[in-house]
Amino acid sequence: MDMSSKRKIRVLVAKPGLDGHDRGAKVVARALRDAGMEVIYTGLHQTPEQVAEAALQEDVDVVGLSILSGAHMTLVPRIKELLNERQLGAVPLLVGGIIPEEDALALKQSGCADRVFTPGDPLESIVSYIRDRCI
Amino acid sequence: MQLVTELLGGNRRALARLITLVENGDPLKNEILQSLYPHTGKAYVIGITGAPGSGKSSLVDRLLQEMRGAGLTVGVVAVDPNSPFTGGAILGDRIRMQDHALDRGVFIRSMGTRGSLGGLSRATRETIQLLDAFGKDLILVETVGVGQSEVDIVKTADTTVVVLTPAGGDSVQTLKAGIMEIADIFVINKADLPGTERAAAEVSAMLDLKSCCDWRPPVVPAVSTRGEGIGALWQSVQEHREYLEKSGRLLEIRKERISRELTEQVEHLVKTMVWEKIKVRMTLGSLVEEIALRRRDPYSAARELLAQIEFPVP
Ligand SMILES: Nc1nc2c(ncn2[C@@H]2O[C@H](COP(=O)(O)OP(=O)(O)OP(=O)(O)O)[C@@H](O)[C@H]2O)c(=O)[nH]1
Ligand SMILES: [Mg+2]
Repeated sequence: MDMSSKRKIRVLVAKPGLDGHDRGAKVVARALRDAGMEVIYTGLHQTPEQVAEAALQEDVDVVGLSILSGAHMTLVPRIKELLNERQLGAVPLLVGGIIPEEDALALKQSGCADRVFTPGDPLESIVSYIRDRCI
Repeated sequence: MQLVTELLGGNRRALARLITLVENGDPLKNEILQSLYPHTGKAYVIGITGAPGSGKSSLVDRLLQEMRGAGLTVGVVAVDPNSPFTGGAILGDRIRMQDHALDRGVFIRSMGTRGSLGGLSRATRETIQLLDAFGKDLILVETVGVGQSEVDIVKTADTTVVVLTPAGGDSVQTLKAGIMEIADIFVINKADLPGTERAAAEVSAMLDLKSCCDWRPPVVPAVSTRGEGIGALWQSVQEHREYLEKSGRLLEIRKERISRELTEQVEHLVKTMVWEKIKVRMTLGSLVEEIALRRRDPYSAARELLAQIEFPVP
């Protein structure tokens, strides 16, 4: 069997901003890998430009941001803008982290985030959301 | 094809999209590669291989600095294995390549081996071709040196750099595994750790035993986290390239590569063609049943299957 001809879902998992915890991001990355996806993991302290550029070069199907610093209301719109500039506006942008409900709503309504996950959400919900979006 | 024209025009997104199409074995793949082929052959390919965690990505990051400083554009292909069980992968090489994440002269692509048994997949070689056609002067290919990929990288790279570390006596082990034959340059990375001199001496001793060839692989100590030894490594790469060019070896190895690729392509076409024909004529299921019951044997059955095919006269 020629497995090399198989299409794979590619996901960028990025940690923009200054907070120094990537445990959550790594747990998500592992869950996605175990679901058969290819996860491009870029490590801590990414600038919005670095996130957008990695999304472009890696041609990912989904961009996932992990933000615990509280700076989501500036980081997410900025990253969305930079993705748009690169003709990547159609790539689903997911945000995970400690995001208050009203912020989550605002990010979704402004079209910056396609979906916001908070610590209470099961990993499986992230996996299945990405699967559904990538069929 | 629109994307091909865009790639040739320097569009990074088109390059990224085309790599994906090629990697996924898209029906358009051959057409893409065929139309870009006349634009390839200019890039110089450098393979970086070594044990997991030996510091390959950190070395690539530092090398990028040297290469960009010399005014050269660079493509990077960072290959990591997919899990044989789930098919998924975490591709983490970019973590250590952040210094050049925004440099327009650098294009970094991570890829999984996707079941090519630890070897360099065909997709990796095809990605190199796309980066070449895109106009990158140099292409760095990072692969984990376990088993087959070590051998494969030599077939693909013009210069192969093998990264060893002083830790855990892995130099001795890798020497046993026959890595000697593939290295054009040895790096003893993590030279800030104890045992570096011993490791370098071991490698040199092994090289002394090997009496052939007019190129003796240099052994370069480096501390990639601090950028030490990187100038010497870049120097060695350039010297090796010069040696290959002046001796005519470069032309030779590139012809060998083309010969292998041509053979492989023919075999691939034959295989695809044969299975297409056999599939439409009958199912294998009933044959398998009979063979399992030992009423038939796979040897004569295979010949019989092939006998049904009328091979087209080219
Ligand atoms: N002490 C020391 N540590 C180093 C050096 N170079 C790299 N490291 C560390 O080694 C670890 C692995 O470095 P990478 O550059 O990711 O190694 P790699 O070979 O690309 O790893 P894989 O791609 O996972 O196989 C990191 O924690 C680095 O900080 C060095 O020169 N000295
Ligand atoms: Mg690496």
